This record gives sequence, C-alpha cells and structure tokens, in this order.
Amino acid sequence: MALNIESDHNRFRKIVKGKIRENLRKFIKHSDMLGKKGKDIVSIPLPQIELPRFKHNPQSGGGVGQGDGDVGTPLGQGEDGQQGKGKAGDQPGMHIMEVELSIDELAEILGEELQLPRIQPRGKHKIESLRTRYRSISRVGPESLRHFKRTYKEALKRQIASGIYRFDNPIIIPIKEDIRYKSGKPMRTLESNAVIFYIMDISGSMGDEQKDIVRIESFWIDAWLRRHYPGLETRYIVHDVQAREVDREAFFSLRESGGTMISSAYLLLSDILEKSYSIDEWNIYAFHFSDGENWGDDDNKVCIETLSNRILNRINLFCYGQVASHYGEGDFLKILEESFKDTENISLSFIQDRDAIYDSIKTFLGKGR
Amino acid sequence: MPLPKNLEDIRIRIEEFARKAGLDFYEVIFELLPWEEVNMIAAYGGFPNRYPHWRFGMEYEELSKGYSYGLQRIYEMVINNDPCYAYLLDSNKEVDQKLVMAHVYAHCDFFKNNVYFSHTNRKMMDESANHATRVKKYIDKYGIDAVEQFIDVCLSIDNLIDIHSPYIKRPAYGSKVEESPSKAKKFNVNKEYMSHFINPDIEDKQPKKKEDETESNLKNISYPIRDILLFLIQNAPLKEWQQDVLSIIREEAYYFAPQGQTKIMNEGWATFWHSRIMTTMALNDNELIDYADHHSGTVAIQPGGFNPYKIGLELFRDIEERWNKGRFGRDYEECEDMTRKRNWDLNLNQGLQKVFEVRRLYNDITFIDEFMTEEFVRKNKLFTYAYNDENNQYEIKSREFMEVKRQLLFMLTNMGNPIISLIDDSFGKRQELLLKHQYEDVELHYDWARETLKNLYIIWKRPVNLWTVFKGKGTLLTFDGHEFSENPLKEPD
Repeated sequence: MALNIESDHNRFRKIVKGKIRENLRKFIKHSDMLGKKGKDIVSIPLPQIELPRFKHNPQSGGGVGQGDGDVGTPLGQGEDGQQGKGKAGDQPGMHIMEVELSIDELAEILGEELQLPRIQPRGKHKIESLRTRYRSISRVGPESLRHFKRTYKEALKRQIASGIYRFDNPIIIPIKEDIRYKSGKPMRTLESNAVIFYIMDISGSMGDEQKDIVRIESFWIDAWLRRHYPGLETRYIVHDVQAREVDREAFFSLRESGGTMISSAYLLLSDILEKSYSIDEWNIYAFHFSDGENWGDDDNKVCIETLSNRILNRINLFCYGQVASHYGEGDFLKILEESFKDTENISLSFIQDRDAIYDSIKTFLGKGR
Repeated sequence: MPLPKNLEDIRIRIEEFARKAGLDFYEVIFELLPWEEVNMIAAYGGFPNRYPHWRFGMEYEELSKGYSYGLQRIYEMVINNDPCYAYLLDSNKEVDQKLVMAHVYAHCDFFKNNVYFSHTNRKMMDESANHATRVKKYIDKYGIDAVEQFIDVCLSIDNLIDIHSPYIKRPAYGSKVEESPSKAKKFNVNKEYMSHFINPDIEDKQPKKKEDETESNLKNISYPIRDILLFLIQNAPLKEWQQDVLSIIREEAYYFAPQGQTKIMNEGWATFWHSRIMTTMALNDNELIDYADHHSGTVAIQPGGFNPYKIGLELFRDIEERWNKGRFGRDYEECEDMTRKRNWDLNLNQGLQKVFEVRRLYNDITFIDEFMTEEFVRKNKLFTYAYNDENNQYEIKSREFMEVKRQLLFMLTNMGNPIISLIDDSFGKRQELLLKHQYEDVELHYDWARETLKNLYIIWKRPVNLWTVFKGKGTLLTFDGHEFSENPLKEPD
C-alpha cells in the first residue's frame, strides 16, 4: 500500500514546532489538558491546526442534546462549542469508541507526554500504614467477598463425591456449605510520606483566568505526585497582605482585594513545616502561584531570608509559578531568579496563558526530586 | 489481502442475511488491517491514495494517540465506491466483525440507493489516486510549500459550494458550467486518468480557451451564486495548476457533501440493520453479551450529548412502528381520545416498506422535518442548549418540541455552515467580489471570517467584500490586500 503518512505526519510536526509554514502558527491550538475525575472523558495534549472558514460563532448558536435536566441546567464550561456533540468521526461508518481513563492512567500519560523523570522518594521509610491484604480463604464472610472459583470447586467436589454430578449434563449448583470467601488480614507496611503545599496569591490582581490556570496546573501536579506517594497530603495557603490556611474549596474560590505581602505566606509555611513535618519523615513540596506583584523591597528581602533559612533546607522542592495578569508583570520572579541561581531545589516558571501550563509543569517536575 | 477463512465464512453468511433482509449494495471488498494501517487509511478519509497534505498527518496523530492511550479505536470504515471498500480492525473479536460487516452492508445499501448519493463518483478510489498524481506533479514542479499553501487557501473556502446544485436543473449558467469547462479542461472525471496520455501538452493550449469561456460565462451569470468555488475556478486569475488544485478540492467537497447531509440517516440505517441482522439471524448464544456491550457503546449517549447513531436508529424504528400500526395521517393526528391513540393499531404492516422508501428519498433535514414527532422528542428527552454569557457556560434552554426541531434543522441546514453567496463580481471600482451572508440570527465567527477573506483575496487578487451582521448591525467587511475596513451597510439585494 502506497501511503505517505510518514511524510505528512513529519510535515505536520514541523509546522507545529514552528519550523516551517509560519503563517499557520496562529491557527495552532493546544487542546486543554485538564481531564476530569470520575466518569467524564478526558483529552490528552494534542496540537491541532484548524484552517479558517466561514462558520458560525459557536457562542451565539447553541445545539441539541439528549438527556435529563431542567431548563437552565448547565452542560459544563463552554469552550469551543463542541459541547454535547458526541464525537463519532465525520464519515459514515467510521465508528469510534471512547474509553474512560483513571487518574492513575492519566498521570502515566502526563508523565510520558512531558517525559517527566520518576521521583525518588527520600530514603526514609518511617511511616507505618495499615492495609488489608486478602490472601486467604474463609468459610464465612460478606457476599461481596465471595470467591467464585473456590465456591465452584467446592460445589464440584461435593457433587462428584456424592454422585450427583453427571457428565452429560454438568450443572453445578452450590449450596451454602460450598461458599468460600476471601479473607483479609491487616498488614503493616512502611511508606514514605509526602505533603504538598499549594500557596496562592489572592490579591485583587489575580482574576478568574489566573485562578483557572492555577487550578489546572495543580490538578496535574497532584495527579503526578500522587502516583509516587500513596499517602499524599495536601494543604492550602492563601495570602494577600496576610496569610492563612484554608481548605481546597476556599483555595480556589476565595478572592480578596488589596495588596500583597508574599512574606506572610512564607512565614506561615515555615511555621507549619517546623511544627508538623519533620524533615526526615516527610517528602515536602511547595508550589506558590502569584502574579509577582509584591509590596516593596523590604518584603522581598524577608521572603528571600525566610526561603533560604527556613524553607529550602527542609523541603524537596520549592516551585514558584508567576501567572501573567492584566495588571502588568511583577518582578518577584526576577528577584527569586537572581537570589537562587545556584540552588537546586527551587524551580521557577512564568505562565503566560493556558498553553504555557504544559511547559510550566515540565519545568517544575522535570527535576525529578 | 483476502479475509482469512473464518472471517470469509462469516462474511458470506452476513451478506446472505443482508440480501435476505432486502438490502441492495455494490460488491463489498473487506480488508483486514492492523490498527496502524486502519489509522493511516482513516487519516486519509478512507482513501489509501490521496494527495499529500499535513492535515492527514494531523488526523493520523490524533487517531494514533487516541488508540495507543486507549481513548478510542476505529472498528471499521467504509468507502462510498463501486465496489465498496471496507476496512476491518484485525484485533476485533469475531462477534465484533460480524456486527461491523452487517453495519457495513447497510451503509453500502445506503450509498447505492439514497438519492443524495446518486451524483457521487463511484470510482472515487481511482479518482483520488489521480488527484494524488496531479498534486504530486505540481509539487515536483513548484515546490511543496507553494502547493501546500495554495491547498490551505482552497480548503479554507471549500464550504462555499452549493450542495443542492447536483439535484437542480438550472438555466444557462448552471448547465453550461457542468458541460463546457469540464469537457474542455481536465474536470471530466471518467476520462481524466487518460488525459495525461492523450493530451500531454494540454496546459499550453489552456489559457486561450479559458479566456473565451470566461467571457461567455460572465454574460450568463445569474446572481446569487452559491457555488463560489466554481465561479472562482472559471473567473479568478489563477495559474493553470492552481485552477486544477481548486477543482480537485471542489470535486472532493461535492463527493463528501452527501455524507454530511445524511449523517443521522446513514448511521441510523446501518445501526438499525446491524441490530436486526445480529439479533434475528447472525448472533450465536455465546456472543450475546459481547454484542450487547458493543451495540450499547455505539448508541450510548454521553450526558447531554447528541449521538446521530442513536437518534437515527430510534427514528427508523419509530417510523417502522408507526407504519406497521397505521399511526400516521389525518385520522391519527386528529384523534383526541388519548387512550384510543395510545392503542392505535390498524395492522397495516407497511413499516419495512416505509423505511426502505425513506432511506431512498430523504436526507437528514427532510428526515427530521417529517418524522421527528412531538412524542419522539419527549420520549428521547431531547433539548436545546445555548450559551449563557452571564455564567460562561452552556445551559439547557428548552424542551419545547418546536424549539428542538427548529434548532436541529438549523444545525443541519447547509451542513451547519453559514449560507454565503456571491452577489456581485464587479462591485466597487476594481471588479471587487461582494459576498453576502444570509443572516439567520446567528452571527459569523468574526475573526475567522476575516482570515477567510484574506484567503479569498489570494485567489481573486482584487478586493473582497463580505456583507454580514456583526454585533447586531449590518456591516460590510472589506479586505483590500493590505488592511480591513468595516462600514455599516444595509442589507444589499
């Protein structure tokens, strides 16, 4: 078969990388990487080029769907207007099935796509955890743990022994005495534990778009780290001129106005670290997102001091992501860059827009620490 | 590659069942392929020999990633051609292959018998290979960048065709168009593969001829023109090879159009028959679970989604039931006794006859318009949704029967593309093009309209204008080769 798919594919890759046909660059879109948990279908990173055509503005149109829900029920955030149209290929008979993914598989894909190194947990396996392992068989137990094969075998044995079994009509009917159950025992295992701190600037200049970026990015960071640490803890800190610890929901919904003192967050972080997370039992990660506007040089100084004396020495990795906002760019990123040029466990990235999330995650987690 | 013995046996049986069921199709050639090759062919829209273009590579990447990450897989694809070609994935279970074959035979029956496919080229496999040869020749001569760039320009306007034109007899312009240029030039499909041998120097003779034609055509033009591609092929100052490339894109657009016009019907028909053939004839007892699993995947509805397989299938089943029981016509419509209406059964048994008639004469628009009843909309829980600016999300808007139908018909009209026609080719001072968007309460994607105008300029080489409604106001958008201008303008005639 004479197919040129390889050359067509190469050409497409080159266009995406910007090596040829630069006039197409503006039509490249990177599809959203955010997958949802649970039942919903996720998409994987996939650059696409869509040539311009006369078409309807998706947002002034609408569509037809099928299912439950009252008038006014949301169908999910709209982006490209493809909502609700089941993807089935645009040719008849091209028949595509979609498959759901677990978060674990997602993380795997993410790792592969970004070529992330595996993380080596710090060697100290000091945390004990109890887990039930099902390794033996018992005559009693809940129905949910019924062992079908064993039950069948018992019934077969009994029927053969008692002469009920007939070769020409081999029907096996288990009775109560035949039924076997899996039986478990709690086992102690030693694990390395980890905690992630997410810190976000919620001052007035961080808008919805900025928070969305933080949400998407932290979702993927979570997914990746969770693969390496089964008992992952997450804690959330928000700050404007003051810092406080909040729960996950508040973390993404809170919106304050006013100034920014980043040092407040770093001081709070170091307090929590000293109080609750001893350095040789925990793998500790901190991710700080801000638009980089800080309140004065004095505060910058406090930040640097706190980081170098009280945080960086007891943490696996500290990451700072500066999200671009409407209100100009802060210089906090630059200050950190200058102060921590040679420090290994700090990682910095600038996140221009959604498309940059991809690279930012790679910068943060690419160190494999 | 011929099918292995076990599958060939299955194929023979399924074909027999399909014929017994009354399906009528061209010969179907099945090819069993590993997933890499299925993805390759699918990327080329089913044609193993297609002209080179990056978008096929893009499709391929999407399909392969989807497959290797376990997100999606193509079970089969089938090509409208005589003989029909169908590709099967070699890792399918036997019961899947059975289902897919039944599905394929029904598609082929649809291709062969539905009136909207009657004008399509049944030797498209060969034609597509010819296109490939021609485009490759141009690439050798003018370089990949130039040719590819021009293809991109053509693709950007490939929805500016008149999908109904093949079924309408038009005076002067229309008929002239189909006849004269195709015979004189290279468009004649049947003879095309020979033309290089018969007329090796055809390109030298062309320009002169074209001028004559242009002149005679211009006299006969009657506006508005929906087939803007044809107009451009004949009248735009294009080089010979560009003209040919544009005509290739146009030909393919017309070939694929009926598939877009009958998506719901075609899939519904194939699903209707695979389900019937499998459950009444082909299925073995031990395959039942796998079959049910696959079938339910095919007709599954994502929450809030729209699945053409499902809607098409349910509509065909509904039609069959209604015509079996005589639930149509004035007596039934006007019956106000709900109990009587619910139990209405005249034992007509015209269901099968009716569905075959419907598959021959309808397209999605007329199909939905005529057979989607209020009961159907309610039973299948259909709704319309719209974008809510305040909450930045899509929301369910209505469950009213007329609303649902109106929205659905709107989406299907012109295959969801805005209706744009050429209403003047000597507009302004410099023989400018004037296009008009037939505004139906939905505005154009404005940025894209601008980019598309730029591409039209590349072809026309003089200023191009588009009248549309932007932010609620009639607007004339002009691109003069350097910059855009926007002027308020009332709707032109």
